[in-house]
Amino acid sequence: MTSNTGPNKSLPLRAKVATSVSKTAAALSRAAGRGDGSVIGGWIGLKIDPDLLSHLAAGRRVALVSGTNGKTTTTRLTAAAMGVLGDVATNSLGANMPTGHTSALARAGHTPYAVLEVDEHYLDQVITATSPHVVALLNLSRDQLDRAKEVAMMASLWRDALRGRDTHVVANADDPMVVWAARVADSVTWVASGQRWHDDSWVCPECGAHIERVDGDWYCTGCDLRRPVPQWRLDGDAVVDPFGEHHLVTLQLPGRVNRANAATALAVAAQFGVRAADAVPRLGQVTSIAGRYATAVRDERTIRLLLAKNPAGWLEAFDMAEHVPTLLSINARDPDGLDTSWLYDVDFSPLHGRPVLITGDRAMDLAVRLEVNGVSFTHVTSFARALAAIPPGRLEVIANYTAFQDIRAELDRVN
Amino acid sequence: MSTESVRIVWVYPDLLSTYGDRGNMLILAWRARMRGMPVETVEVRSDERLPDQGDIYLLGGGEDGPQALAAQRMTLDRGLHRALESGAALFAVCAGYQLVGSSFFAKGEMCAGLDLLDLSSDRGPTRAVGELAGTPAPDLGLPPITGFENHGGRTHLGAGVRPLARVTTGVGNDGASEGVWQGKIVGTYMHGPALARNPAIGDLLLSWATGSTMEPLDDAWPTRLRNERLAAVR
Ligand SMILES: [Zn+2]
Repeated sequence: MTSNTGPNKSLPLRAKVATSVSKTAAALSRAAGRGDGSVIGGWIGLKIDPDLLSHLAAGRRVALVSGTNGKTTTTRLTAAAMGVLGDVATNSLGANMPTGHTSALARAGHTPYAVLEVDEHYLDQVITATSPHVVALLNLSRDQLDRAKEVAMMASLWRDALRGRDTHVVANADDPMVVWAARVADSVTWVASGQRWHDDSWVCPECGAHIERVDGDWYCTGCDLRRPVPQWRLDGDAVVDPFGEHHLVTLQLPGRVNRANAATALAVAAQFGVRAADAVPRLGQVTSIAGRYATAVRDERTIRLLLAKNPAGWLEAFDMAEHVPTLLSINARDPDGLDTSWLYDVDFSPLHGRPVLITGDRAMDLAVRLEVNGVSFTHVTSFARALAAIPPGRLEVIANYTAFQDIRAELDRVN
Repeated sequence: MSTESVRIVWVYPDLLSTYGDRGNMLILAWRARMRGMPVETVEVRSDERLPDQGDIYLLGGGEDGPQALAAQRMTLDRGLHRALESGAALFAVCAGYQLVGSSFFAKGEMCAGLDLLDLSSDRGPTRAVGELAGTPAPDLGLPPITGFENHGGRTHLGAGVRPLARVTTGVGNDGASEGVWQGKIVGTYMHGPALARNPAIGDLLLSWATGSTMEPLDDAWPTRLRNERLAAVR
């Protein structure tokens, strides 16, 4: 059994036992080859002490990161930035519900700081449990309609979660739903993170009127909801801080979306006293996150993995992907949502001119979509056949959640 | 049909658009263009007047609030009513399907529908989520229908209308019948891009709109998709 040091001395006895058992269970789960142990340990710990998450968070300065897309990456970037100050506990494996948070904090032992990715639905609960210094809100868009709450409903839950709390909010000024939720907070830092996906925020959540967009600005035509002036923004490859200072951010992660995630990470870290100039070099050291953006080489093919879980994520992936042969893989298992209708919310025409291969459980849904979209494609029945179908060189893989995990498994869980 | 092209009107995408509703417009347009027919697609926002010169109107899904708002605005606007009186076709999905009836249930109360067809909707005991399949009304000459449903409503057909299909998998209107068919109107609980799996319904709408029969297209991919989905529920 792992010995406990640091703040656990001050934990109530029940919490000490729970922490210890939780760590052991996680280690056993890993040793048994049953996942990475990031959930099971927390689950057992919370069974023994329901307040374990609060006990583990007490004494740490906490930042939470939530949103539909980019929260795993932004959490990792934020943890890297906060590393300037000292040790940071984080749920870097993307286990983003209270069990995952509990495991992450128990496993980390004593750290002065914690950065936790939070599933959108659990934000209120986790704010209550961890009394965060900062909450970062990235975006809200449709994710899995057959089980998730509606976008406006989620914005409303966030709003209620933030009202009257003693916490600072860092929020995306470009997403009307996020702005509406965040503006009830006492203090907010606005980041111009961009919004590639507009289709869930044409209607004002405050008054129901139409939201007008002009050259990156937006405003409600019926009430005072409008884009706040951002303190942080992007300018090409640079992040511009509230003082107008440009910080050239060189990431190993692709796309404008990730530069925006970096801007959010810097804005969050700044609330803890981290200077952007000190944090930027650390952001450049972040590579792949649980396989996202990972690169593997097989049979002279250099394969890069891009995860896209919802329409907004697909648009972002097209923006990141290079103009090379591209494999699209779609499943509709439980973690993906059983409904493939969202395929028609995504315009696949950016793939025009690239050799496109399709695979996955629901490749036929994709085939019909691409035909209607005028994108030619080749259907392959396995990842191996996809590799055989392209010449040596680059391959971009864009896949939804379980399809991504399937291909990652084929590549020996590349990281 | 207007002289130059097939006009497809997507009604209030700002209110009535959930997952993939755009698909029905894209598929209709594609199927028309593949036959060399010029197509014009129009998306009409809820703060704009509905044109009454369209050939095919599309109503998509939506949440309670937007659904109720859409009903009020369309009732005031009357554009869709006029278009249907002059022979346009209508394809209505989910919340949009409920709108064509006399009443529907939203935000905890009964709301007045557009009263285009003799049907009414209320809340069911459970939410219907999953594959939906059925055997169409024989007169329509359609192959089995296949789709995905996701709704909490139940729809009761009046004496003056016929169901689109008899349910073989899923819930549809009430576990027995699914959707509605009357004149040039088809309503269905197959949500989102229902025409992707049911291109024959798309062709039916196009033939109603143009007054001519649709020659077959190479539907190899939709056929494979249909076979896969129908096999999955067998
Ligand atoms: Zn407003």
